[in-house]
Amino acid sequence: MIELENVAYSYGGGELLSDVTLKLAPGSFHFLTGPSGAGKTTLLKLCYAALVPTAGQATLFGQDLREMDRDAVALTRRRIGVVHQDCQFLDHLPISENVALPLVVSGRDALKEQANLKDLLAWVGLSSRANALPPELSGGERQRAALARAIIMSPDVILADEPTGNVDWEMSQRLLTLLVELNRMGKTVLVATHDLSLIRAAKSQVQARVLRIAQRRVQLAGADL
Amino acid sequence: MSALTDRVLSLVSGDAQADRVVPPTGYTATLTLFAAAVMTFLAVFALALSLATGRLADRWSSELARTSTLRISAPAEQMEAQTRAALRVLETTEGVASARALSTEEQRALLGPWFGPDVPVETLPIPQLVEIVEDSTGYDAAGLRLRLQAEVPGAVLDDHTRWRRPLVTAASRLRLLGLLSMALIGAAMAAMITLAAQASLAANTQVISVLRLVGARDSYITRAFVRRFTLRALGGAGIGMVLGLLAILILPPAQEEGGFLTGLGFVGWHWLWPLILPPLAGAVAFWATRSAARRRLAEMP
Repeated sequence: MIELENVAYSYGGGELLSDVTLKLAPGSFHFLTGPSGAGKTTLLKLCYAALVPTAGQATLFGQDLREMDRDAVALTRRRIGVVHQDCQFLDHLPISENVALPLVVSGRDALKEQANLKDLLAWVGLSSRANALPPELSGGERQRAALARAIIMSPDVILADEPTGNVDWEMSQRLLTLLVELNRMGKTVLVATHDLSLIRAAKSQVQARVLRIAQRRVQLAGADL
Repeated sequence: MSALTDRVLSLVSGDAQADRVVPPTGYTATLTLFAAAVMTFLAVFALALSLATGRLADRWSSELARTSTLRISAPAEQMEAQTRAALRVLETTEGVASARALSTEEQRALLGPWFGPDVPVETLPIPQLVEIVEDSTGYDAAGLRLRLQAEVPGAVLDDHTRWRRPLVTAASRLRLLGLLSMALIGAAMAAMITLAAQASLAANTQVISVLRLVGARDSYITRAFVRRFTLRALGGAGIGMVLGLLAILILPPAQEEGGFLTGLGFVGWHWLWPLILPPLAGAVAFWATRSAARRRLAEMP
């Protein structure tokens, strides 16, 4: 589904990632951990074609990332739901329209999908906040809205970058539960987090592989987690 | 052609949902509207200038080119005989369609603006004028001068070339100046709309980034910005065109005898020409915004 093979990424003369090999198989659940600045976000960006590797090969849904044109990248991103730590919303649109944005840009009629949209907002617990603007939401509400937007196109893969970074423990558990539910529906999930307690809490809910970035390389984390 | 029509119709009709993704940005909207209105207002005048000078150049180069004047200066007792001799020469000259001596009343009318209506033309030693109209082939001016020199020594042929040529040249250059002004106005409008679009795109970097993140194609993002700026430019140009036409309307009407200044306007179906200005402004805005958007998007992942 998403494969990185001996991938390196350099920027400004410095190598941020080196010799990274990663395979996200369909239906798998991965955690990616490591200290701040270790390269977790860079690795996620390589997985949704926001960056192109400077060495090695990245394959997204069978296509070599280097050979994909901008249209192909856009179409591929419709198959990957991304949840950012800072959520990235259009602040002038209410949450319901932000969540429906992937439908709109892909040419689907968001009005016809109102029922699905309502169900989705109810699933993430935002029914009563549908008409609120993003700056009016709390951190947890924003993260849940970002998750709803990431999955509205029913993507094959969900990439979450520090989804619990700005929320309290209770909310992070709620977000984790949503991600686990999505994985049970068959979605491939990769969560980048520096929060080890979140990973420990997940162990009882899902069979997850835990990867750690250290010294620019990705390795399987030990049993200490 | 049908694909182009579809694209234009799609641009005009738009997509209500897609339109909402680009936030309304106050000053770039005002700048585009204002620039398009002012530039189109000026373009209406440049167009009027170009058309008026075109008419003038055509008139001077075609109508006046077909007429000449023969001036006969002779003592009063010989004037009639020399006039008859001149008319005989002209009647037998190839290329001359007609020739006639101006009557006393016509000569008085010509002198009227300078000496008043009651000037006693008969008592003044003024030359007799003969109006010559050429046929489509024209006559040999040098040959005619030689014949007149031999048979009518007091006759001087004026084929208007000496004063007509610089006037026609001036009118033609004014027409070019009008067209050049329109081109410069178009270029200035393109530059202003490009600046406004670039400012809007820079202010909306986050919007573009979010749209790319959720899978929007470049064409979708470009279309959202292009549509907004094209419609603003169309609206502004429409306002500028109406104001320009109103300004032209309150100028003195175009008259044959009024000369160039009163002729600065539109005549007949030429009033329709300004209607092409708003679509042209829209096309300029379309091209300028699309180029700016494509450049901007190429810089983003």
